[in-house]
Amino acid sequence: MKVRVIVRLKKGVLDPQGKAIEKTAAKQGYEKFKGFRLGKIIEFQTDETDRETVLRQAEQLADKFLANTVIENYEVQIEDN
Amino acid sequence: MRFSILVFPGSNCDYDAYHSIRHVLGEEAAFIWHGDIDLQSPDCVILPGGFSYGDYLRCGAMAAFSPAMESVKAFAATGGLVLGICNGFQVLTETGMLPGALLRNRSLSFICKDVYLKTENIDLPFTRRLDKNAPIRIPIAHAEGNYFCDQETLDELESGNRVVFRYCDRNGQVTETANPNGSLNNIAGITNREGNVLGMMPHPERAMETIVGNTDGMGVFQSILTQFQEVH
Repeated sequence: MKVRVIVRLKKGVLDPQGKAIEKTAAKQGYEKFKGFRLGKIIEFQTDETDRETVLRQAEQLADKFLANTVIENYEVQIEDN
Repeated sequence: MRFSILVFPGSNCDYDAYHSIRHVLGEEAAFIWHGDIDLQSPDCVILPGGFSYGDYLRCGAMAAFSPAMESVKAFAATGGLVLGICNGFQVLTETGMLPGALLRNRSLSFICKDVYLKTENIDLPFTRRLDKNAPIRIPIAHAEGNYFCDQETLDELESGNRVVFRYCDRNGQVTETANPNGSLNNIAGITNREGNVLGMMPHPERAMETIVGNTDGMGVFQSILTQFQEVH
């Protein structure tokens, strides 16, 4: 089973990297693209076969470690091999 | 007085802290490897600056889970003094020992320069020898020093007098231009509810000797020493 955790900054948290990306993209002609926010994708695998267990444990890990819930949200996706 | 300085893989300001404490202040200092749980009976724990775990995932995120940090949490829970400097401050927020988070500097640059700090709370072990009307000049060197927290936390910090240092100009004025990294309310250092844990982005241990051209950092360490000497 493959697990994908998407970590995103919460709304209201300043993202200077996103702003810098937006400015550079605009210079390249993509001025119509706005509101860039930079996040993270963390992927891993497991031999565990119970989907519920994997989901629960992945969410625990995301909540405790992969995301800093003061400033970030997380989303866990499971993919069967 | 005995200081224990934690060392994580990637910490690089541990020796500056050791030198300042051992050779300038003249007190005992010991290094504690992150994998060890024995803090060696300190009177004060220092979480030094640097790039623990290469700042991988988030600054201080992995260091927060060290066995030594479990011991530091227990030490703080009994009232032990903990001073987190720069990366140390980041570790403290990642463990939840201090609220909020340190984000990327608003300018996106790594900023390495002297700043002025206004001491807002002089009732702490870390600041009792400082003067609210005498700003101190202390170096900063960081790319993720932008202090952030939600409004509720900010109100709690401000009303509880838990903002210890603010970035200011040489005259002690807390201004936008004096803020090097975008920190909310120019916050440079905060304390926990009990006042025994301090996290600050600037490096007082780098301003302890005339040979480096700045001794303004002495006040913080002399405060800690005075506190210790009064009790012992």
